[in-house]
Amino acid sequence: MKYSLAAFGSGLIFGLGLLVSGMANPEKVLGFLDIAGLWDPSLAFVMGGAILVGIFAFAIARKRTLSFLGFHMKLPASDRVDTRLVVGSLMFGAGWGIAGFCPGPGLVALGAGEIKAAAFVASMIAGMAIFEMVESSRPSTR
Amino acid sequence: MIDIAWDSFTPWSALLGGVLIGLAAASFILLNGRIAGISGILGGLLVPRSGDIGWRAAFMIGLIGAPAAWIMMAELPPIQIEAGFPAIVIAGLMVGIGTRYGSGCTSGHGVCGLSRLSPRSLVATLCFMGTGFVTVYLIRHAFGG
Repeated sequence: MKYSLAAFGSGLIFGLGLLVSGMANPEKVLGFLDIAGLWDPSLAFVMGGAILVGIFAFAIARKRTLSFLGFHMKLPASDRVDTRLVVGSLMFGAGWGIAGFCPGPGLVALGAGEIKAAAFVASMIAGMAIFEMVESSRPSTR
Repeated sequence: MIDIAWDSFTPWSALLGGVLIGLAAASFILLNGRIAGISGILGGLLVPRSGDIGWRAAFMIGLIGAPAAWIMMAELPPIQIEAGFPAIVIAGLMVGIGTRYGSGCTSGHGVCGLSRLSPRSLVATLCFMGTGFVTVYLIRHAFGG
């Protein structure tokens, strides 16, 4: 219960952060990705602000085996750069550039009642389901 | 060479929103001991394991519920979606498949990974930023616009 409540809080603050920063608006994200047009550097400031806080948090997290609520720290073990990472990320970036939505802003815009965001989220979940289907048919790769 | 869009550039609200996102990631790692990677949290709901559904759903309810919390205090900021439905569907599929294959998105690799100084996440971030820039260039300048 404690665990889910904390997760709810993180999700809520994350969503509010996306709204404050303007990143829930795809047009603003595309303004950043459009360096050849009129460039809006805002997204870089969002990343900067987030990493400024994150760097301290993860420095603390790295030294602990249990979280402050007493749960196991689940930091990613893998540091391998492989084809899956590169190809997947390249594909994600292309999709991101098409509509200006990455997963977080898509979900927040859905919460704001945007029909197109609902279509985006539905397609994104379908994409994730396709991934799971392909993965489960190739059990040796995981 | 680069023209800055001074009219739409919002450094302070961007920084403030970024700090909030950082605080969300900080609370998630320090309280829950997990990486606040949105594609991973959502994707995990598709292959439910016992004890693993509640917190994922709770995070999603918080995230999706943020606009509802916001409108109790202020008017929602504008959300402009220029892409048409066919483009939205293709984009969604690519984001869904791509983030799962690449094990993360802007939050997991971009915010959390870079904060952890993870080389793997740096590579991922450079990859998705790279194709993001290229795709927008192709759509807005090479073919369209």
